[in-house]
Amino acid sequence: MRFDSLIESVGRTPLVGLPRLSPSPDVRIWAKLEDRNPTGSIKDRPALWMIEQAEKDGVLTPGCTILEPTSGNTGISLAMSARLKGYKLICVMPENTSEERRQLLRMYGAEIISSPAAGGSNEAVRVAKGLAAEHPDWIMLYQYGNPANWRSHYESTGPEILDDLPTVTHFVAGLGTTGTLMGVGRYLREHKPDVKIVAAEPRYGELVYGLRNVDEGFIPEIYDESVLTTRYSVTSADALKRTRELLATEGIFAGISTGCALHAAIGMGRKAVQEGERADIVFVVADGGWKYLSTGAYEGTLDEAEDRLEGQLWA
Amino acid sequence: MAIEVRIPTILRTYTDGAKAVDASGATIEELIGDLEARHPGIKARLVENDKLRRFVNVYLNDEDVRFLGGLGTPVSDGDTVTVLPAVAGG
Repeated sequence: MRFDSLIESVGRTPLVGLPRLSPSPDVRIWAKLEDRNPTGSIKDRPALWMIEQAEKDGVLTPGCTILEPTSGNTGISLAMSARLKGYKLICVMPENTSEERRQLLRMYGAEIISSPAAGGSNEAVRVAKGLAAEHPDWIMLYQYGNPANWRSHYESTGPEILDDLPTVTHFVAGLGTTGTLMGVGRYLREHKPDVKIVAAEPRYGELVYGLRNVDEGFIPEIYDESVLTTRYSVTSADALKRTRELLATEGIFAGISTGCALHAAIGMGRKAVQEGERADIVFVVADGGWKYLSTGAYEGTLDEAEDRLEGQLWA
Repeated sequence: MAIEVRIPTILRTYTDGAKAVDASGATIEELIGDLEARHPGIKARLVENDKLRRFVNVYLNDEDVRFLGGLGTPVSDGDTVTVLPAVAGG
């Protein structure tokens, strides 16, 4: 495969079977390896789509400053594109995100503004919206409300999956901005009306949910409940267990949010076996494990790793 | 019939600080009604106009009840119900 530049190489990631984790020859689980993108995560797709849409709209012009609330991967993807295209980037990141993500962002030349750990990404969104109001010349691409986010998956991730696996019956992905599920979900449903679209939502430690009123919660503007078949909440313990299981049985070294999606995928597989149905279940490996080594997720017992992860934003 | 209900930090003022409480009922709606009888005031934080509040998520054994049957979702002995505020990711 040959490309004119790194940006051109976004997408076209491998879909690999998991023969050991699949429950039977009729119920197969497949991993979409999104860590094989230029900066190592699925976020290269929405980041590129959002930047190019803003360029097309004339909003983003050379020398502009981009502002984005992000727990890390979207920031890293934007930072790479911004560097190559000549934009300045400011990321608003919760304090409780891994050191690797911060180092990467700084290397790419991005500026980081920290938001309080309590409240997680909700706080980062709130801080970024405040900054955007104070600095009208900064361009906030705003992944939570930007249709180019889900469109990147509608136009690239979805078609890739259907091309590689026309018999797909389930699509499972982590729920963050909801962009992956909205985009792939809409695309697959148009072509396979019976496909099941399953969200795996990380359940964090209590700190992340904060002490704010339940009336001040946050739902991304691009979220449309009707695209999903169902939605599971996956604990840090289950996500960690599956992340390690994926490495031990299939050799895939993935980030912790991947374990979250895999947990739901295995649950769907078990259901299909019980009901005697054939299934081809695709789940998303959103990134590799490299950026989470410092969290201690991969060392010691599961209980120890879970304790170390308490209060961290791992997706 | 006892069902464990896990309460988020922000709502523990209603449960004397308890992280989890027992309640009974045949549906999520009945369960919340029983919770209200034991912990007055909590229902209004969860339900509005006979629907779950927008930023409140309720999970039955880890599955979001909005995709099961909403407040009418049947529950049975031994189930675990978890209440969480909606948070962002990404």
